[in-house]
Amino acid sequence: MVEFTLPKNSKVTEGKTWPKTENAPRETEFRVYRWNPDDGQNPHVDTYYVDRSQCGPMVLDALIWIKNNVDPTLTFRRSCREGVCGSCAMNIDGTNTLACTKAIDDNKAPVKIYPLPHQPVVKDLVPDLTNFYAQYASIEPWLHTVSPTPQGEWKQSKQDREKLDGLYECILCACCSTSCPSYWWNSDRYLGPAALLQANRWITDSRDEATGDRLDDLEDPFRLYRCHTIMNCAKACPKGLNPAKAIAEIKKKMVDRQV
Amino acid sequence: MSGENRNDMRTPMGRVRGLGSARSGTTHFWHSRVTSVALVPLTIAFVVIVAMLIGRNHAAVVQILASPAVSILLILFLAASLYHMWLGMQEIIIDYVHADGPKFAALLGNTFFCCIVGAICLFALLKISFGV
Repeated sequence: MVEFTLPKNSKVTEGKTWPKTENAPRETEFRVYRWNPDDGQNPHVDTYYVDRSQCGPMVLDALIWIKNNVDPTLTFRRSCREGVCGSCAMNIDGTNTLACTKAIDDNKAPVKIYPLPHQPVVKDLVPDLTNFYAQYASIEPWLHTVSPTPQGEWKQSKQDREKLDGLYECILCACCSTSCPSYWWNSDRYLGPAALLQANRWITDSRDEATGDRLDDLEDPFRLYRCHTIMNCAKACPKGLNPAKAIAEIKKKMVDRQV
Repeated sequence: MSGENRNDMRTPMGRVRGLGSARSGTTHFWHSRVTSVALVPLTIAFVVIVAMLIGRNHAAVVQILASPAVSILLILFLAASLYHMWLGMQEIIIDYVHADGPKFAALLGNTFFCCIVGAICLFALLKISFGV
Protein backbone atom coordinates (compact mmCIF):
# COMPACT_ATOMS: atom_id res chain seq x y z
CA MET A 1 0.00 0.00 0.00
CA VAL A 2 1.12 3.52 -0.66
CA GLU A 3 2.89 5.08 2.33
CA PHE A 4 1.77 8.56 3.32
CA THR A 5 3.85 8.79 6.48
CA LEU A 6 7.29 7.58 7.37
CA PRO A 7 7.58 4.38 9.44
CA LYS A 8 8.00 5.04 13.18
CA ASN A 9 11.74 4.32 13.16
CA SER A 10 12.30 6.60 10.15
CA LYS A 11 10.67 9.75 11.55
CA VAL A 12 13.23 12.54 11.37
CA THR A 13 14.07 14.39 14.58
CA GLU A 14 16.04 17.54 15.32
CA GLY A 15 19.75 16.82 15.63
CA LYS A 16 22.86 18.60 16.81
CA THR A 17 23.83 22.15 15.91
CA TRP A 18 27.57 22.17 15.31
CA PRO A 19 29.60 25.24 16.37
CA LYS A 20 30.31 28.05 13.95
CA THR A 21 33.83 28.84 12.80
CA GLU A 22 35.31 31.76 14.67
CA ASN A 23 35.79 34.95 12.66
CA ALA A 24 34.37 33.44 9.47
CA PRO A 25 33.70 36.33 7.05
CA ARG A 26 30.81 34.59 5.30
CA GLU A 27 28.90 31.54 6.48
CA THR A 28 26.12 29.41 4.98
CA GLU A 29 23.89 27.19 7.08
CA PHE A 30 23.48 23.55 6.02
CA ARG A 31 20.88 21.20 7.42
CA VAL A 32 21.93 17.63 6.73
CA TYR A 33 20.09 14.32 7.23
CA ARG A 34 22.00 11.95 9.51
CA TRP A 35 21.30 8.32 10.30
CA ASN A 36 23.62 5.77 11.81
CA PRO A 37 22.55 2.11 11.58
CA ASP A 38 24.64 1.24 14.63
CA ASP A 39 23.24 3.59 17.31
CA GLY A 40 19.58 2.52 17.23
CA GLN A 41 18.42 6.15 17.03
CA ASN A 42 15.94 7.68 14.60
CA PRO A 43 17.32 9.81 11.77
CA HIS A 44 18.01 13.43 12.69
CA VAL A 45 18.91 16.65 10.92
CA ASP A 46 22.18 18.24 11.98
CA THR A 47 22.98 21.91 11.44
CA TYR A 48 26.39 22.97 10.18
CA TYR A 49 27.84 26.38 9.38
CA VAL A 50 30.25 26.38 6.45
CA ASP A 51 32.93 29.05 6.23
CA ARG A 52 32.60 30.04 2.58
CA SER A 53 36.00 31.71 2.49
CA GLN A 54 37.60 28.26 2.95
CA CYS A 55 35.26 26.27 0.74
CA GLY A 56 34.62 25.80 -3.00
CA PRO A 57 31.39 26.90 -4.71
CA MET A 58 29.53 23.59 -4.96
CA VAL A 59 27.41 21.72 -2.43
CA LEU A 60 29.87 18.80 -2.59
CA ASP A 61 32.67 21.21 -1.65
CA ALA A 62 30.67 22.17 1.42
CA LEU A 63 30.07 18.54 2.40
CA ILE A 64 33.77 17.75 2.04
CA TRP A 65 34.60 20.88 4.05
CA ILE A 66 32.24 19.75 6.83
CA LYS A 67 33.76 16.26 6.82
CA ASN A 68 37.32 17.62 6.94
CA ASN A 69 36.78 20.45 9.40
CA VAL A 70 33.72 19.83 11.56
CA ASP A 71 32.38 16.29 11.61
CA PRO A 72 34.44 13.40 10.15
CA THR A 73 31.55 10.96 10.69
CA LEU A 74 29.38 12.60 7.99
CA THR A 75 28.98 9.91 5.32
CA PHE A 76 28.31 10.43 1.61
CA ARG A 77 29.41 9.05 -1.75
CA ARG A 78 31.52 11.13 -4.11
CA SER A 79 34.16 10.51 -6.73
CA CYS A 80 34.66 12.54 -9.91
CA ARG A 81 33.43 15.95 -8.63
CA GLU A 82 32.48 16.96 -12.21
CA GLY A 83 29.07 15.39 -12.93
CA VAL A 84 30.34 12.29 -14.70
CA CYS A 85 30.27 9.47 -12.16
CA GLY A 86 26.85 10.03 -10.56
CA SER A 87 28.06 9.05 -7.08
CA CYS A 88 27.04 12.21 -5.21
CA ALA A 89 23.34 12.17 -6.19
CA MET A 90 21.25 13.41 -3.27
CA ASN A 91 18.20 15.53 -2.50
CA ILE A 92 19.33 19.14 -2.22
CA ASP A 93 16.80 21.88 -1.43
CA GLY A 94 13.96 19.50 -2.38
CA THR A 95 15.34 18.37 -5.75
CA ASN A 96 17.36 15.30 -6.60
CA THR A 97 20.61 16.39 -8.17
CA LEU A 98 24.37 15.96 -8.09
CA ALA A 99 26.08 17.73 -5.19
CA CYS A 100 29.15 18.33 -7.34
CA THR A 101 27.35 20.32 -10.04
CA LYS A 102 24.90 22.19 -7.78
CA ALA A 103 26.18 25.58 -6.68
CA ILE A 104 25.62 26.45 -3.02
CA ASP A 105 24.32 29.90 -3.97
CA ASP A 106 21.61 28.40 -6.19
CA ASN A 107 19.82 27.11 -3.07
CA LYS A 108 17.72 28.87 -0.50
CA ALA A 109 19.55 29.09 2.84
CA PRO A 110 19.62 27.02 4.95
CA VAL A 111 20.62 24.41 2.37
CA LYS A 112 18.71 21.20 3.15
CA ILE A 113 20.40 17.96 2.16
CA TYR A 114 18.73 14.54 2.33
CA PRO A 115 19.55 11.18 0.74
CA LEU A 116 17.71 10.21 -2.49
CA PRO A 117 14.04 9.74 -1.54
CA HIS A 118 12.27 6.46 -0.85
CA GLN A 119 15.33 4.23 -0.90
CA PRO A 120 16.66 2.32 2.11
CA VAL A 121 19.47 4.29 3.73
CA VAL A 122 22.85 2.65 4.39
CA LYS A 123 24.15 5.60 6.41
CA ASP A 124 23.57 9.39 6.34
CA LEU A 125 23.41 10.42 2.65
CA VAL A 126 24.18 6.98 1.22
CA PRO A 127 21.15 5.17 -0.20
CA ASP A 128 21.01 1.45 -0.95
CA LEU A 129 20.66 1.28 -4.75
CA THR A 130 20.86 -2.53 -5.06
CA ASN A 131 17.38 -2.77 -6.57
CA PHE A 132 18.09 0.12 -8.95
CA TYR A 133 21.24 -1.56 -10.27
CA ALA A 134 19.49 -4.93 -10.61
CA GLN A 135 16.76 -3.25 -12.64
CA TYR A 136 19.39 -1.75 -14.93
CA ALA A 137 21.06 -5.16 -15.35
CA SER A 138 17.65 -6.73 -16.07
CA ILE A 139 17.25 -4.78 -19.31
CA GLU A 140 20.49 -6.44 -20.52
CA PRO A 141 22.35 -3.27 -21.47
CA TRP A 142 24.60 -4.72 -24.14
CA LEU A 143 24.34 -5.48 -27.88
CA HIS A 144 22.28 -8.59 -28.69
CA THR A 145 22.94 -10.15 -32.07
CA VAL A 146 22.37 -13.48 -33.82
CA SER A 147 24.19 -12.69 -37.09
CA PRO A 148 27.80 -13.89 -37.31
CA THR A 149 30.13 -11.33 -35.75
CA PRO A 150 31.71 -9.23 -38.54
CA GLN A 151 35.45 -9.06 -39.10
CA GLY A 152 35.54 -5.37 -38.25
CA GLU A 153 32.92 -3.55 -36.21
CA TRP A 154 29.11 -3.66 -36.26
CA LYS A 155 28.37 -0.84 -38.67
CA GLN A 156 25.96 1.99 -38.01
CA SER A 157 25.07 4.97 -40.19
CA LYS A 158 25.65 8.48 -38.89
CA GLN A 159 21.89 9.05 -38.84
CA ASP A 160 21.28 5.92 -36.76
CA ARG A 161 24.05 6.87 -34.37
CA GLU A 162 22.40 10.26 -33.86
CA LYS A 163 19.27 8.49 -32.63
CA LEU A 164 21.23 7.45 -29.53
CA ASP A 165 21.93 11.07 -28.57
CA GLY A 166 20.00 11.98 -25.43
CA LEU A 167 20.05 8.32 -24.35
CA TYR A 168 23.67 7.20 -24.05
CA GLU A 169 24.70 10.12 -21.81
CA CYS A 170 22.91 8.72 -18.74
CA ILE A 171 25.31 8.28 -15.79
CA LEU A 172 22.92 6.14 -13.67
CA CYS A 173 22.93 8.54 -10.75
CA ALA A 174 19.30 7.54 -9.89
CA CYS A 175 18.11 11.15 -9.54
CA CYS A 176 15.28 10.49 -12.01
CA SER A 177 14.02 7.16 -10.69
CA THR A 178 14.02 8.30 -7.07
CA SER A 179 12.12 11.49 -7.99
CA CYS A 180 9.30 9.50 -9.60
CA PRO A 181 6.17 8.94 -7.45
CA SER A 182 5.33 5.82 -9.47
CA TYR A 183 8.77 4.49 -8.62
CA TRP A 184 8.27 5.35 -4.94
CA TRP A 185 5.09 3.27 -4.76
CA ASN A 186 6.00 0.45 -7.13
CA SER A 187 9.78 0.20 -7.40
CA ASP A 188 9.60 -3.55 -6.74
CA ARG A 189 7.84 -4.05 -10.09
CA TYR A 190 8.18 -0.78 -12.07
CA LEU A 191 11.61 -0.46 -13.72
CA GLY A 192 11.71 3.32 -13.33
CA PRO A 193 12.88 6.10 -15.67
CA ALA A 194 16.63 5.35 -15.61
CA ALA A 195 16.34 1.66 -16.54
CA LEU A 196 13.67 2.44 -19.16
CA LEU A 197 15.77 5.21 -20.73
CA GLN A 198 18.59 2.69 -21.04
CA ALA A 199 16.16 0.05 -22.37
CA ASN A 200 15.20 2.53 -25.08
CA ARG A 201 18.88 3.19 -25.80
CA TRP A 202 19.25 -0.50 -26.80
CA ILE A 203 15.83 -0.72 -28.49
CA THR A 204 16.81 2.29 -30.62
CA ASP A 205 20.29 0.97 -31.49
CA SER A 206 20.21 -0.01 -35.19
CA ARG A 207 22.89 -2.68 -34.59
CA ASP A 208 20.82 -4.58 -32.04
CA GLU A 209 18.92 -7.61 -33.34
CA ALA A 210 16.73 -8.30 -30.31
CA THR A 211 14.39 -5.31 -30.44
CA GLY A 212 11.28 -7.50 -30.37
CA ASP A 213 12.54 -9.55 -27.42
CA ARG A 214 13.39 -6.35 -25.55
CA LEU A 215 9.88 -5.00 -26.17
CA ASP A 216 8.38 -8.36 -25.10
CA ASP A 217 10.23 -8.16 -21.79
CA LEU A 218 9.00 -4.62 -21.15
CA GLU A 219 5.37 -5.15 -22.20
CA ASP A 220 3.98 -5.37 -18.71
CA PRO A 221 1.48 -3.29 -16.73
CA PHE A 222 4.15 -2.70 -14.07
CA ARG A 223 7.59 -2.78 -15.72
CA LEU A 224 6.69 -0.11 -18.29
CA TYR A 225 3.13 1.10 -17.88
CA ARG A 226 3.43 2.50 -14.33
CA CYS A 227 4.87 5.59 -16.05
CA HIS A 228 2.11 8.22 -16.07
CA THR A 229 4.22 10.96 -17.66
CA ILE A 230 4.57 12.85 -14.38
CA MET A 231 7.85 14.32 -15.77
CA ASN A 232 9.71 14.60 -12.43
CA CYS A 233 12.41 12.50 -14.10
CA ALA A 234 13.06 15.05 -16.83
CA LYS A 235 13.00 17.89 -14.29
CA ALA A 236 15.46 16.16 -11.97
CA CYS A 237 17.98 14.79 -14.50
CA PRO A 238 21.28 16.63 -13.84
CA LYS A 239 22.46 15.74 -17.35
CA GLY A 240 19.44 17.39 -19.00
CA LEU A 241 18.07 14.13 -20.43
CA ASN A 242 14.39 13.33 -20.85
CA PRO A 243 13.56 9.81 -19.61
CA ALA A 244 9.80 10.50 -19.93
CA LYS A 245 10.26 11.01 -23.68
CA ALA A 246 12.28 7.79 -23.94
CA ILE A 247 9.50 5.91 -22.14
CA ALA A 248 6.89 7.46 -24.47
CA GLU A 249 8.98 6.24 -27.42
CA ILE A 250 8.93 2.69 -26.03
CA LYS A 251 5.14 2.90 -25.62
CA LYS A 252 4.86 4.18 -29.19
CA LYS A 253 6.85 1.18 -30.46
CA MET A 254 4.56 -1.12 -28.45
CA VAL A 255 1.56 0.34 -30.29
CA ASP A 256 3.40 0.39 -33.65
CA ARG A 257 3.91 -3.36 -33.59
CA GLN A 258 0.21 -3.97 -32.88
CA VAL A 259 -1.56 -1.44 -35.08
CA MET B 1 10.50 1.51 -2.02
CA SER B 2 7.53 -0.73 -1.56
CA GLY B 3 9.45 -4.02 -1.83
CA GLU B 4 8.04 -5.92 1.11
CA ASN B 5 10.40 -8.82 0.54
CA ARG B 6 13.70 -6.95 0.68
CA ASN B 7 14.91 -9.11 3.52
CA ASP B 8 14.24 -12.49 1.93
CA MET B 9 17.18 -14.47 0.57
CA ARG B 10 16.42 -14.03 -3.14
CA THR B 11 18.99 -12.24 -5.24
CA PRO B 12 18.16 -8.67 -6.35
CA MET B 13 17.96 -9.90 -9.96
CA GLY B 14 15.61 -12.71 -8.95
CA ARG B 15 13.31 -10.17 -7.31
CA VAL B 16 13.42 -7.80 -10.28
CA ARG B 17 12.63 -10.54 -12.80
CA GLY B 18 9.86 -11.82 -10.51
CA LEU B 19 7.09 -13.59 -12.42
CA GLY B 20 8.36 -12.23 -15.74
CA SER B 21 6.69 -9.92 -18.21
CA ALA B 22 2.88 -10.17 -18.43
CA ARG B 23 3.09 -9.41 -22.20
CA SER B 24 0.14 -7.07 -21.79
CA GLY B 25 -0.66 -3.47 -21.00
CA THR B 26 -0.44 -2.03 -24.51
CA THR B 27 -4.13 -2.65 -25.24
CA HIS B 28 -5.04 -0.92 -21.98
CA PHE B 29 -2.75 1.99 -22.85
CA TRP B 30 -4.08 2.28 -26.43
CA HIS B 31 -7.75 2.01 -25.43
CA SER B 32 -7.40 4.76 -22.84
CA ARG B 33 -5.92 7.02 -25.56
CA VAL B 34 -8.61 6.12 -28.11
CA THR B 35 -11.42 6.79 -25.60
CA SER B 36 -9.86 10.09 -24.54
CA VAL B 37 -9.76 11.24 -28.18
CA ALA B 38 -13.36 10.08 -28.69
CA LEU B 39 -14.42 11.94 -25.55
CA VAL B 40 -13.30 15.34 -26.91
CA PRO B 41 -16.21 15.71 -29.39
CA LEU B 42 -18.56 13.55 -27.33
CA THR B 43 -18.12 15.68 -24.19
CA ILE B 44 -18.76 18.85 -26.19
CA ALA B 45 -21.92 17.21 -27.61
CA PHE B 46 -22.99 16.16 -24.10
CA VAL B 47 -22.54 19.69 -22.74
CA VAL B 48 -24.51 21.17 -25.67
CA ILE B 49 -27.32 18.63 -25.15
CA VAL B 50 -27.52 19.37 -21.42
CA ALA B 51 -27.54 23.12 -22.18
CA MET B 52 -30.45 22.55 -24.58
CA LEU B 53 -32.44 20.95 -21.75
CA ILE B 54 -32.13 23.91 -19.38
CA GLY B 55 -35.43 25.57 -18.62
CA ARG B 56 -37.58 23.10 -20.60
CA ASN B 57 -40.46 21.15 -19.16
CA HIS B 58 -40.55 17.35 -18.78
CA ALA B 59 -42.29 16.68 -22.10
CA ALA B 60 -39.81 18.82 -24.06
CA VAL B 61 -36.85 17.16 -22.34
CA VAL B 62 -38.18 13.70 -23.16
CA GLN B 63 -38.77 14.77 -26.76
CA ILE B 64 -35.18 16.00 -27.17
CA LEU B 65 -33.67 12.91 -25.50
CA ALA B 66 -35.82 10.62 -27.64
CA SER B 67 -34.57 12.02 -30.92
CA PRO B 68 -32.24 9.49 -32.63
CA ALA B 69 -29.24 11.82 -33.02
CA VAL B 70 -29.29 12.93 -29.37
CA SER B 71 -29.91 9.44 -28.09
CA ILE B 72 -27.09 7.88 -30.14
CA LEU B 73 -24.67 10.66 -29.12
CA LEU B 74 -25.52 10.12 -25.45
CA ILE B 75 -25.11 6.35 -25.75
CA LEU B 76 -21.68 6.84 -27.37
CA PHE B 77 -20.72 9.37 -24.67
CA LEU B 78 -21.79 6.94 -21.96
CA ALA B 79 -19.90 4.02 -23.47
CA ALA B 80 -16.69 6.00 -24.03
CA SER B 81 -16.73 7.77 -20.66
CA LEU B 82 -17.56 4.67 -18.62
CA TYR B 83 -14.92 2.58 -20.40
CA HIS B 84 -12.41 5.40 -19.90
CA MET B 85 -13.39 5.69 -16.23
CA TRP B 86 -13.03 1.92 -15.76
CA LEU B 87 -9.55 1.94 -17.36
CA GLY B 88 -8.40 4.98 -15.37
CA MET B 89 -9.67 3.74 -12.03
CA GLN B 90 -7.95 0.40 -12.66
CA GLU B 91 -4.65 2.27 -13.09
CA ILE B 92 -5.14 4.18 -9.84
CA ILE B 93 -5.95 1.00 -7.91
CA ILE B 94 -2.90 -0.80 -9.33
CA ASP B 95 -0.73 2.22 -8.48
CA TYR B 96 -1.75 2.58 -4.87
CA VAL B 97 -3.30 -0.64 -3.53
CA HIS B 98 -0.76 -3.43 -3.23
CA ALA B 99 -2.18 -6.01 -0.81
CA ASP B 100 -3.89 -8.80 -2.76
CA GLY B 101 -7.21 -8.78 -0.87
CA PRO B 102 -8.01 -5.06 -1.05
CA LYS B 103 -6.58 -4.85 -4.58
CA PHE B 104 -8.81 -7.55 -6.07
CA ALA B 105 -11.83 -6.28 -4.10
CA ALA B 106 -11.22 -2.77 -5.47
CA LEU B 107 -10.72 -4.03 -9.04
CA LEU B 108 -13.93 -6.08 -8.86
CA GLY B 109 -15.80 -3.17 -7.26
CA ASN B 110 -14.58 -0.86 -10.03
CA THR B 111 -15.78 -3.24 -12.75
CA PHE B 112 -19.15 -3.86 -11.13
CA PHE B 113 -19.72 -0.16 -10.43
CA CYS B 114 -19.02 0.80 -14.07
CA CYS B 115 -21.26 -2.03 -15.40
CA ILE B 116 -24.15 -1.13 -13.07
CA VAL B 117 -23.94 2.62 -13.81
CA GLY B 118 -23.73 1.84 -17.54
CA ALA B 119 -26.72 -0.51 -17.43
CA ILE B 120 -28.88 1.98 -15.52
CA CYS B 121 -28.03 4.89 -17.84
CA LEU B 122 -28.49 2.82 -20.98
CA PHE B 123 -31.83 1.46 -19.78
CA ALA B 124 -33.06 4.99 -18.98
CA LEU B 125 -31.99 6.34 -22.36
CA LEU B 126 -33.51 3.47 -24.34
CA LYS B 127 -36.75 3.66 -22.35
CA ILE B 128 -37.03 7.36 -23.21
CA SER B 129 -36.01 6.76 -26.85
CA PHE B 130 -38.48 3.98 -27.50
CA GLY B 131 -41.12 5.46 -25.21
CA VAL B 132 -42.08 2.09 -23.71
